[in-house]
Amino acid sequence: MLRKSLALAALGLALGLSWAAGPAFAASTQEEPKDVHWSFEGPFGKFDKEQVQRGYKVYREVCSACHSMDLMYYRNLGQKGGPFFDPKYQNPNENPVVKSLAHDIQVKDIDQDTGDVISRPATPADKFLAPFPNEPAARASNGGALPPDLSVITRAREGGPAYIYSLLTGFKGPPSDMSLPAGKYYDPYFPGDLTSSMKPGMAGHKPPVGGAIGMPPPLADGKVTFDDGKPSTVNEEAYDVVAFLEWAAEPKAEERKQFGLGAMIYLLIFSGLLYASYKKLWKNIEH
Amino acid sequence: MSGHSTYEPKSGLETWLDSRLPILRFANDTIVTFPTPKNLNYWWTFGAILALMLGIQIVTGIVLAMHYIPHVDMAFNSVQRIKRDVNYGWLIQGMHANGASMFFLAVYVHMFRNLYYGSYKAPREVLWLLGCVIYLLMIGTAFFGYVLPWGQMSFHGAVVITNLIGALPVVGHAITTWLWGGFAVDDPTLNRFFSLHYLLPFMIAGVVGLHIWALHVPGNNNPVGIDVRSPQDSVPFHPYYTVKDGFAISVFLILYGVFVFWLPDALGDAANYIKANPLVTPQHIVPEWYLLPFYAILRALPNKLMGVIAMFGAIATIFVLPWLDTSKVRSMRYRPTIRLYFFIFVLDCIVLGFCGAHSPDDLVIPGVVGPQFLDANLNSFVWLSRIAALYYFAYFWVITPLMGLTETPLPVPETISSPVLSHPAAMPAGAAASPEKRG
Amino acid sequence: MADTVAGASPDHQVSVSPTLEGDPNRRDFIHIATGVAAAGIVGGLAWPFIDQMNPAGDTLALASIEFDLGKVVEGQQVVVKWRGKPLFVRHRTPAEIQKAIAADHEDLRDPATDESRHKPGKAEWLILVGTCTHLGCVPTFGGGDYGGWFCPCHGSVYDTSGRIRRGPAPKNLEVPDYSFLSDSKVKVG
Repeated sequence: MLRKSLALAALGLALGLSWAAGPAFAASTQEEPKDVHWSFEGPFGKFDKEQVQRGYKVYREVCSACHSMDLMYYRNLGQKGGPFFDPKYQNPNENPVVKSLAHDIQVKDIDQDTGDVISRPATPADKFLAPFPNEPAARASNGGALPPDLSVITRAREGGPAYIYSLLTGFKGPPSDMSLPAGKYYDPYFPGDLTSSMKPGMAGHKPPVGGAIGMPPPLADGKVTFDDGKPSTVNEEAYDVVAFLEWAAEPKAEERKQFGLGAMIYLLIFSGLLYASYKKLWKNIEH
Repeated sequence: MSGHSTYEPKSGLETWLDSRLPILRFANDTIVTFPTPKNLNYWWTFGAILALMLGIQIVTGIVLAMHYIPHVDMAFNSVQRIKRDVNYGWLIQGMHANGASMFFLAVYVHMFRNLYYGSYKAPREVLWLLGCVIYLLMIGTAFFGYVLPWGQMSFHGAVVITNLIGALPVVGHAITTWLWGGFAVDDPTLNRFFSLHYLLPFMIAGVVGLHIWALHVPGNNNPVGIDVRSPQDSVPFHPYYTVKDGFAISVFLILYGVFVFWLPDALGDAANYIKANPLVTPQHIVPEWYLLPFYAILRALPNKLMGVIAMFGAIATIFVLPWLDTSKVRSMRYRPTIRLYFFIFVLDCIVLGFCGAHSPDDLVIPGVVGPQFLDANLNSFVWLSRIAALYYFAYFWVITPLMGLTETPLPVPETISSPVLSHPAAMPAGAAASPEKRG
Repeated sequence: MADTVAGASPDHQVSVSPTLEGDPNRRDFIHIATGVAAAGIVGGLAWPFIDQMNPAGDTLALASIEFDLGKVVEGQQVVVKWRGKPLFVRHRTPAEIQKAIAADHEDLRDPATDESRHKPGKAEWLILVGTCTHLGCVPTFGGGDYGGWFCPCHGSVYDTSGRIRRGPAPKNLEVPDYSFLSDSKVKVG
């Protein structure tokens, strides 16, 4: 799908504006995502468990300061196909690693005797702790921008995992003919229209490709210490956290592919049998 | 259902039942002994495929309704819960969401097959009309269903489409408000759309019953488009067509499986993974692929009311097709001239689909800035959709009636058996030249 | 007209009994194999559609709870919700325990010793699923002639060990799976 001028035009029509009177739409631009690949791609792709574990650590220590993951529970980390799944603990609520990961986090609860709001260590049945209690609070702490929920982020953006990776690793200093408002950062992979961000007198210049994002560059070399000793570069952090986010977007993806492979082989054989049956049956009928 | 029944009760119990409720006789005459032309090709298998898809959509839909919550705050998360926590929920939800696309794919093949072989012509006009009603109900069901996951595209799609009704003079505004149950698409809207989405498939199933009834009165049309004249022309439906349809269904299921298992989101839109937000519109509002041609016709016209009329006119047109076609020959196998226009028409529908997917101002050939004509660039998708929409209407209202009167058809074989049983050299030229594979 | 053409062909009997053509064994095998494969699809797909009604992941996640016994005063019970049902956590007095043990050898409908209904050495803690084994009502604490529970729906009476003593219920109140994590903490489920 092209992402050039807005299909707002369609809305305009729906609102009763005619084409002729419609405003001219400025073009939104962005760089094509980088060419990156993961082990989970394709019909046979599987997640690299260690990578997803590292990715969780990046999310936990960096992203989760601003971004919620509303659809995720700590138990998901230990379920079948999850990064901390242990065949000894089929029930993820029993998994000691998951329990201790959850235990490190304090969640709010209501004391059943007094009705007071209390803090208690999370259990595997708890949702991932959200950094802000509500949307206004999230905006207020982020200069008016809302950090999107990351539960299904790799599915919710055109370009998927490669786009998220490119965005995370693509931050650049703004070109000299451009001036960005405070709290905005230039990223050529972020869709946007920078026409109005050109410095005074530079209005004639072609604006750079990309957009201004409200998120400061989140990753840095050495920002996260990986437990398995993997060197912590920006690229590695981004690569791993995207793998984690892709897993979180559809924790049952591996189950889906596995089931699918069996089903498709079965269907192929079934089709062959039906074809033979059909040919046999129609052998003596001219048609 | 028509003609004489060949059913003979095999046991005392069957005789007893037959004189009280002849359901076994009905089933036998409908799907077992029903005489079916023996020259049906693979294009005819899509009827059975469609019946299966309707069944799959209803069964998976009933299951999803056990877990789905039609509330603006919970609908999005409840769909995600189905995919994450419900046992095999990912499979059932994937089957249902992709099943809609597969259903439409099959219905389009079924309709184009119908156009090519003139199956809508007498005595099958009512059969065709019922099919059009089914298609209309399918569009409604698909629209209501697409709103339910309550993603950004769900919500804003519902906003845009319900706003179309606002184009009606005088009553438009009142109807939209009534439809919404409020001042905008909101919780009451979601709840009633859920209810209607549950209701319509059963109405479809009812009309499908009538559709099959209307099929069994005159019997199937066939690739040569002439009536069955002797027992040699037909075979019993079972086992000949049950097995052939079964094979086609199995192949179709493989295609379906590719989407369900390996490309579950390929036909969807990324924006629908974002929870509906009435305050922010996604960058590109587009319907699902199967409605893009109509969306292109809607946007081709510069005025809202005209656009709405053209879009509904495009659907209404297919209803009157049997009375627009003046040709005495059914099958285009023997109509070489209109056959070309037909293939252009198929292409035209695909072009309209492309137009619907693009923003009207986008350039068709990138980099080439064409001349401005009237209100838009000639190289833009607006103009392409206008030309394509014009051809769409011209095909039905001008080409079809005119060709029937002016075209000289090729010699039509006298019986279904004759073109296939005679030596190829003796075959009518049209049959030999027919481009499609005969199964 | 049809007769002349069709009659000239070698196979004009096709629509009469064509299935009788060919090698019957091979034909049977293919058709039977196809039928079996079709049944396999239906059977294989049936399971996901049945299993989807079983408890989902989020429901299972809440299937076990931990409970702090410190909140329960001697002689009282605390009711907590567990798997959507009430769970009775009763802190029994020595008198109640004595009464329960004394009844061990009476003629019980669902014979069980008091000892079998609590964890070893934890006789004061009685943990029971709080639904009447008759038809699922919630018995009231301390009601009835045996000092245990009384079910208001149909008059079943349970003793201080949760055993059925009178009324229509067939079984004793169910003891759930639980274990002591520490002296004052139990995990149920």
